[in-house]
Parts: sequence; C-alpha cells; structure tokens
Amino acid sequence: MEINWNTYNPGAFYDELISSPGHARKSGKILAQYLSSLKSEDLQQRKTAAELAIKAMGISFTVYSEAGNIDREWPFDIIPRIITETQWQKTSQGLEQRLRALNCFIDDIYNEQKILKDKVVPAELIAKSVNFRKECVGMKPLHGVWAHICGTDLIRDTNGQFYVLEDNLRVPSGVSYMLENRKVTKRVFPELFENYNIQPITDYPSQLFDMLAAISPRPGDYPEVVVLTPGIYNSAYFEHSYLAQRMGAELVEGGDLVVEADDCVYMRTIDGLSRVDVIYRRIDDLFLDPEAFNPDSALGVPGLMRAWLKGNVALANAPGAGVADDKVIYTYVPAMIKYYLGEEPLIENVPSYLCVDEKQCQYVLENLDKLVVKPANESGGYGMLMGPQASKKERAEFALKIKANPRNYMAQPLIALSTAPVIGEKNAEPRHIDLRPFILQGRETYVTPGGLTRVAMVKGSYIVNSSQGGGSKDTWIVSEGGDE
Amino acid sequence: MLSRVAERIYWLGRYLERAENTARLLTVYSNLLLDLPRGARVGWHTLVDITGNQEGFREKHKETDERSVNRFLISDQTNYSSIISSISLARENARTTREIIPTEAWEQINNLYLFTRDNMGKATARGTRHQLLQDIIAHCQQITGLLAGAMSHNSGYNFLRIARSLERADMTTRIVDVGSLTLVPSLMNPGLSIEPASRPYSNMIWMSVLHSLSAYQMYRQHVLDRVNGEDVVTFLLQDTQFPRSVQHCLSILQSCLEYLPDNDATKRQVSATQKYVQDANIPELLESGLLEYIDDLQIEIGNIHANIADTWFLPVVNEQQQSA
Repeated sequence: MEINWNTYNPGAFYDELISSPGHARKSGKILAQYLSSLKSEDLQQRKTAAELAIKAMGISFTVYSEAGNIDREWPFDIIPRIITETQWQKTSQGLEQRLRALNCFIDDIYNEQKILKDKVVPAELIAKSVNFRKECVGMKPLHGVWAHICGTDLIRDTNGQFYVLEDNLRVPSGVSYMLENRKVTKRVFPELFENYNIQPITDYPSQLFDMLAAISPRPGDYPEVVVLTPGIYNSAYFEHSYLAQRMGAELVEGGDLVVEADDCVYMRTIDGLSRVDVIYRRIDDLFLDPEAFNPDSALGVPGLMRAWLKGNVALANAPGAGVADDKVIYTYVPAMIKYYLGEEPLIENVPSYLCVDEKQCQYVLENLDKLVVKPANESGGYGMLMGPQASKKERAEFALKIKANPRNYMAQPLIALSTAPVIGEKNAEPRHIDLRPFILQGRETYVTPGGLTRVAMVKGSYIVNSSQGGGSKDTWIVSEGGDE
Repeated sequence: MLSRVAERIYWLGRYLERAENTARLLTVYSNLLLDLPRGARVGWHTLVDITGNQEGFREKHKETDERSVNRFLISDQTNYSSIISSISLARENARTTREIIPTEAWEQINNLYLFTRDNMGKATARGTRHQLLQDIIAHCQQITGLLAGAMSHNSGYNFLRIARSLERADMTTRIVDVGSLTLVPSLMNPGLSIEPASRPYSNMIWMSVLHSLSAYQMYRQHVLDRVNGEDVVTFLLQDTQFPRSVQHCLSILQSCLEYLPDNDATKRQVSATQKYVQDANIPELLESGLLEYIDDLQIEIGNIHANIADTWFLPVVNEQQQSA
C-alpha cells in the first residue's frame, strides 16, 4: 500500500489535510509529501511498529460485553491530525470562557439561583434534571469551581469552523490516550518532528496536579492528592492508573478510604491511617457515598459527602457538577456566557431543538429523518437516534420515546463532520473525526494544546466512540501555515 | 503506601518468582529424566507433587507422562500453579500497581506475558520446550534486575523482596522434599537393589536438585566434597551465603522487615523459623524424619505469610483470593 493523494477524494466534506484530490492544505504539505514518499513496506512497517508499541506499552481499554469484559488494545491511526496555532488560539480561549461560565452556572444553581429567577434558564429544567443533587445546595467549593476537569467535544463543519457538540463535566475520560498517542507518534515518525513546530502536551499531568493541589482544604501542608477509581474492571482503569502514576498520586479504591468520626477522609496504609486532602474521583456521583446516595454502592466511601460538605476534603469534579452536563442545559450555555461574563461566546453551539418546547418538539417530530436526537443524560453515544441513517420503524419507535418524555430529548441537524485521512487497504481514506480537548479550572484555567482526536473508523460513519469501534489520532497544534 | 497496593506488589513478587522457579524445575527435570533408567519411580508425577496441585492434575489426565505433565505445568491456564497462570497473575497484580512500579517494569512484565501466551505451543515438544523455559527464566531475571535498578528501595520494594524471599524459601523446601524421596528405598525401582549411599542415581538426583536452584557451582566451591545427600540438604537449608538457601532467604526477609512499621510479630515469627532451620540435625533427619521436618518447615513459612497479611494488608473479606 502506498499513499496517492491524487486519488484521495474527501468529496463534499471538509478534509483537514487534503483540500481537494492532490492538494494538501498549507499546514499539511510537509506531512502529505512525506507520507506519499514512503514505500509500501515502509508504511506497513510503521503501522506495525505503532501496533507493537501500543501492545508493549499496554495501552488498552475495556469493552463491556455480555460475554465478559475484554481488555482491548487502543485503536490508533498513525497519520497525525494538524490544526494551526491561529485556528486553535480562538478555540482555546472559547473553551476557557465556556468552562468559566459553566462553573458560575453550577455555583449559582446550588446557591442563589439568580439565573432561574431572571428567567434566563427555565426553572423547570433544573427541577426535572436527574443530575441535580439536592444534597449539594448551599455548598461553596473553593474558587467557586465545581467542574475542575472538563472534556468538551468539538466538531468542524464543511467550512472547517469549530462547534461545541457537548460538554462532559462528570468524569470525562480520554486524556491519557491523548498523551500516549503522542508518545507512539514520536516512536513511529520521529523524522516529522524535525520539520514541524508541534506544541508539546506532556505537561498535562503536572497541570492537573497543580490544579488539584490548589483546591486542597489544607493549603499550608503538602496536599495528599489521590485518584479514586471504581477498580480494574472499569473501562477507563488504564487512564486512572496512568494519571495517578504521572502525578505521583495514590490510586485508591473505595475500600482504601475511610471517613472517621472527625469527618475527615483517611486512607489505609501500611503505616496506619493517613489523611487525604483532594480526591480526583472517577466514580459517578451516585456511587460516591452509600450513606448519601445509592446504598448498594460497593465502590464508594461511606461518609464521603459528609466530609466534603464540611469542607474537610476536596472532590474533583464536585458532586452535582453534572447538572450542567446535560444536553438540554447545553443549549443555554451561550446565554450563560452573556449572563455571567458579559461576553460573546467565542465558539458556537451546534444549532439545537429542545423537545421540552412544544413548537420545537413539533419540528423535531416532523423532521426526524434529518436530525440527530440525543437523550439528555447518556454518554458514549448510547441511546441516540441518527435520523438520516435510521429505518422508518426505528424513527417511529423513537418518536414515541420523545413524546413520553420530552424533557429528556434534544435534536440537532446532522453536521457534516470534517474528515482526515486514515491508512486504508489500498490508499489513505477519509474518515469523520471529532476533537475532545481537556480544560482545567482551579485557581487558574488551562486548556490542552489540541486534545484527543477520535475517528469513526467505518467508512461514512459518524460514531467515534471507542466503545463502539472508534479509533484515534495524534493531534498537532503547529505554528506553520497561517491561512488555509 | 496503601495496604492494598502493598498486597498486590507482594503477590507480584511471589508469582514472578514462582514462574521462574517452576521453569527452573522443569528444565532440570527434563535433563534428569533423560539419564535415569526407564523403570525409575521418580517420574513426571513427582513434579505435580512438588507444585502441589495433584487433584487438578488427576481431574484432567489419566497418564502422568511427559506431555501431559508439561502441558499442565507450563501452559494450562486452568491450573493455578502453571507457569502461564503465575505470569498472568503477576501481570494482573502489576497492572493494578502500574502507578507504583516503574513503567519499564510493567512493560517487561506485560511482554513476558504476551511472549509466554504466544509461545505456549512450544511447551510439549522436548526440542522447543528447553528454549521456551530458558527464555522465561531469562525474562524473569531481567525484570528482577530492572526492579532492583529502577525502583526506589522503599516500602514497595521491600514487599517485593519479602515476597521473593518467601517464595524462594518455599520452593527450596519443596525441591529438597523431592530429593529426599530418593532416600526411601521403596520409591525406587525394586530392581535397582543397591545400597542408598552407593546408588549412582541417588547422586545424580542430588546433583540435579542443585542444578534446579542454580546451586551446583556454588555448592562445589563451598563444599569441596563430592555431591552427597547430607551436604546438599545442609547447603540448601542452612548455608548463610547462597541466595536460594532457606536460611539466607529468611535472613533477607528479616532485614527487609526492619524497614516496615509494626513489624514485631512478623519478626518474631521469622526468628523462630530461622532457629528451626539452624537447629535442624540434618544427618539425623536423613536417617528418618526429613519428610515430616520439611512439612513442618512449610507450615512455618505459611505462618510467616499469615503474619505479613495480618499486619499490612487490607482486612477486606471480599478481596480477590490469591492462592498462597
């Protein structure tokens, strides 16, 4: 297999490397030339090298299935994706702006609820939200920040413009794969790093640690930061362990922690109990504390909410932060930015229709064949309807679900996602991609340069989730090539 | 260090050492049996006895022949004492302590697992088996070296060394056990009715016992006399310098305990076991009672493990059971 850009045709989509058959975008010229200069065996060898590296480094994720959980090697395409610094700068600012507004919103919702009183966001949306935690009302976390780590999904349309598809404020995952992808690319294409100025991303674990340390309730001492994982059978266990390792933090499971009579959290060590200050928790709200939430949870720590509400331990993200991670609340984020920050949104939302609004719901039901309908609170691409690709029967069934519970659904036109080349059978082939950058907010904010690019490996598919056969690419923010 | 992590690192150490020891044992055995006369009763079944899973073996195999024993001990994933099981459990414990052990060590352990899994077909044929076992041993040694050179010699490393020493001591007692079987005349082929001391095969067995512990050369330097049961058992139990002798393993273990908190009970238990080994009158035991003595020694070693678990590991009942 050799790559021939003359027969590579992205069609009507915005391809991020090749603008039209045979023509690379300015920023991608060196990459495209380099790739097409590689002999078939050479290309195959690099592909194999990447697979071996992933296997040897043990980069894996777990797929849940009825036959049991399978640990799979991380799917990775060796051709990097290029985004120019100029394009990225505004996007990155927009992401920070968005997270700041979202945190103002969450803090407001659990305290004064000004935005509801001013009728900018309908109060009934919160009343019916499954992610609203009444236990958190009145809580004031440090710096007013509830969502400390956010993974925002971005897509690009046929003009290459970035849109926000959704904000993940509960336990967003993928950042370890972003870091490992870069490591693999360095092993596979070391030559390319000579010709490009690529923004390094290795800083993330330190940034994460600094942010977590900054929310410690005992700022004087060196804070004890831990990562709380549901355990080795969780699909993101690799990442939990990876981040703990890179931060030099303990990776703990629920059974390792205990809340004592002083309402402080301790971990069980070989030296006895030892105080914990900050918990980067990778467990959903409802499993955090069997005393406060799901009493059957074996993953959580009894009394954890008590300790948090007393201010004796910091939780990132804070319980209840998911109230803003809801595909219906999402549609109000541009309004929040204006309301709290008095600024214009720097990145736009994908136009959306809310089924809770009668008129908009009517439109959605009449245009199901043109729309993507999403439930408010699912993640991983589950429970949604891809209208244009669905059968008549599927659409009819889905219409019933929407009518039964309109609050739970929103719809968006199918955006023609941008594409990037992946290594195919005979030539490079265009596949749809999205981007998940990670944004941190503690005392300060930080955005990863680039993020995790996810690829729908099936031709024509828009489903990028790794749990559903998606792949990934290394993402480069490069300083060359201003315009495109 | 978290109690749960200490426990996993400890099991990582034990399983890694167990995999290596089992590979050594199989290598030497293969060589030995080539030299023994056809009728000798020290056959392949002895290996199943040493590793202690006779029941599991009988459930699956009618014949204790070379093929079935090797497959059972190398590549049978349902046998908890097989090499592949030990390696896969070592890997699982490494995978769950990845944030503690050096990244390269995890990569090496993962590689060892992938290598063994992909080469299991080589376990049955004599020609390929030898190389497979050598590769596994070399790989284990490499990991041990990497951990020594790349991991801070902190509590985690202490647990690794404790685990390794205990597993080694345990394996040495099992191997001495096998050697001593040759002293019971009824176990040898009645056709070879020669006196124990002059039995040529008895010496050969003791020699192979030494080889299986990489002890032959050190023994020759140390003992000077020709290989004989009494000196070999003394060397393997009581020598203070040979790294696989029970006495040496116990003193390493004792020195690692110094660095851990709340070590009183465990230190007392180790001292008691050390004394038990030191005070053993080997010539007398060889006359009678060695098998019983070894049984008691293994119980002592089991008690050390119980003390370690009680003192430092999580007192959680539903924690995944690992076999001691």
